[in-house]
Amino acid sequence: MSTPTVNAPPPGAVRPEPEVRAATRRVKPPKLTWRRALRRDWQLYSLAILPLVFFLIFRYLPMLGNIIAFRRFQPGGSVFGEYWVGLRYVKMFLNDPTFWEVFTNTLILGGLTLMICFPLPIVLALLLNEVRTRYLKRFVQSVSYLPHFLSIVIVAGMVMQILSVDGIANQAVRAFGGDPVSFLQEAGWFRTIYVSSEAWQTVGWGTILYLAALTTIDEDLYEAARIDGASRWRQTWHVTLPGIRPTMVTLLILNIGTFMAVGFEKVLLLYNPLTYPTADVISTYLYRVGIVSGNFSYAAAIGLFEALIGLTLVLSANFISKRTVGASLW
Amino acid sequence: MKRQKVTRGYRIFQVVNAVVLTGVVVVTLYPFLNIVARSFSDQANVVAGKVNLLPKGFNLNAYEEVLSDSLFWTNYRNTLFYTFTATVIAIVLTTCYAYVLSKPQLKGRGILVGVAVFTMFFSGGLIPNYILVTSLGLKNSVWAIALPNAISVFNLLVMKAFFESLPSELEEAASVDGLSTYGILWRIVLPLSKAIVATMVLFYAVSFWNSWFSAFLYMDKQELWPVTVYLRNLIAGATSTAFGGNAVTEGAEALQVGATVKAVAIVLTTLPILLVYPFIQRYFVSGVMLGAVKG
Repeated sequence: MSTPTVNAPPPGAVRPEPEVRAATRRVKPPKLTWRRALRRDWQLYSLAILPLVFFLIFRYLPMLGNIIAFRRFQPGGSVFGEYWVGLRYVKMFLNDPTFWEVFTNTLILGGLTLMICFPLPIVLALLLNEVRTRYLKRFVQSVSYLPHFLSIVIVAGMVMQILSVDGIANQAVRAFGGDPVSFLQEAGWFRTIYVSSEAWQTVGWGTILYLAALTTIDEDLYEAARIDGASRWRQTWHVTLPGIRPTMVTLLILNIGTFMAVGFEKVLLLYNPLTYPTADVISTYLYRVGIVSGNFSYAAAIGLFEALIGLTLVLSANFISKRTVGASLW
Repeated sequence: MKRQKVTRGYRIFQVVNAVVLTGVVVVTLYPFLNIVARSFSDQANVVAGKVNLLPKGFNLNAYEEVLSDSLFWTNYRNTLFYTFTATVIAIVLTTCYAYVLSKPQLKGRGILVGVAVFTMFFSGGLIPNYILVTSLGLKNSVWAIALPNAISVFNLLVMKAFFESLPSELEEAASVDGLSTYGILWRIVLPLSKAIVATMVLFYAVSFWNSWFSAFLYMDKQELWPVTVYLRNLIAGATSTAFGGNAVTEGAEALQVGATVKAVAIVLTTLPILLVYPFIQRYFVSGVMLGAVKG
């Protein structure tokens, strides 16, 4: 098992690469025209039709559907709206104080999640890597992967049970002589609850790629470090961590890409009007504005803004990491 | 892996490590055990906050209450049906496309890959999707759940990586023998790919089994809900947090009545996952790693 490929062949880039390869693999005329390619591979292309129809309808059509952010939309009317209204909805949310509140909340919640839930799997993987007893390591791994398989609804249900007035969290509070806290009703607690339940569910599973990367580190490097008199701590610092760096960078970029989309479903399940001041994020706000209240155009404008920020984030993270550490997604 | 002689510092580290990892195990399992204990306890003890790891006032009333609810069974059946249908569609589409993408000599392959990968980083968003599904008339049908999520790009890339790792000689030989592309895929490639297909089935099945939001959004009638939405409405109580209801105005009484019932519903929806978990876990791990190698 190798680490995620650094400088991998670009998965998304549109290049004439297949042509070149085709030419070298098969002894064929150097230039493969579309007509000839279709005649030779029409059966392969035919297999791609249904999936392409899927992508077109359910992925690219909604992207076009964002046009309603600039048009007047009427339920039951055209999917692409009735007439142009220009930047009216964009101006509307830029002047909406609630928007800026949820925008800030999104940044804070996303930032906290990234700060806690990105490094913890690395720490856990390093700790697991030091466990020499095989079956113990297996056991801890199996247990820690488990929450990953649960529905977000179940996780939210557990959180609510644990944090309810009669739950185990408040039993602990009472044991230390405190008064019961209704955690889920208090805005001040929401971020802690969100981030820690996120950690509970994702940290174990997050170690998989790191553990795989750790096994690929050349044992000779440790040997060499030992001969140079490096302590275990220094071995970890100078051999282990550089060894898993490509994995860290890749996962960091991917995490940054989902930064804006902070667990929409979980927030939706856990928040309530009392916790809106800290819990309401862009995605839940646009859900309420759009689906619940029916202001589709306004919500679409917010959604488009969010998606564009997400795309920008991932592209710039990728660009920066390519320049600085030479690792990138494509 | 034998490293240098065991120093005192390392021995201390090992002890600390053992403590930390034990802590991880305890923290992970504690909530499960607590919910199970609550589900078997009587209402009074739960409400008084006395139930921790062991049931207090053991009884099965809450189980009877949930299991005798016909809506619970209807919704469970729906979950099975939705999961099955959606997984079948997803597997067929993903396999076809992944196979196409795994052929390096195919002209335009880069474009086909790009069409898929771009959607990982940019999506239309909630509102246009909602309008689309509604105007296609998919509401209140299994298609609203199955079709919009038919291909997960991550799974697609995992499968593509696997197909690329198969030796091309076999397929070339089969093609010399006069087998069509469909024949090669069906009779040569798929029999060699049972492990990856099984992994993909699990990936999709678990994600459809766990999903709730599509159903919540597109299913208006309660007899069409999957069990996750049943659970969601139960734990949200009579007032819906999602629709801006106010949980505080809800009488404390009404909230408490459901305490054990909620725990039971959580246990009963978690149970199938827990039962298959020991068998499916390694497929998941290998699948994720396969995806990472080429991803």
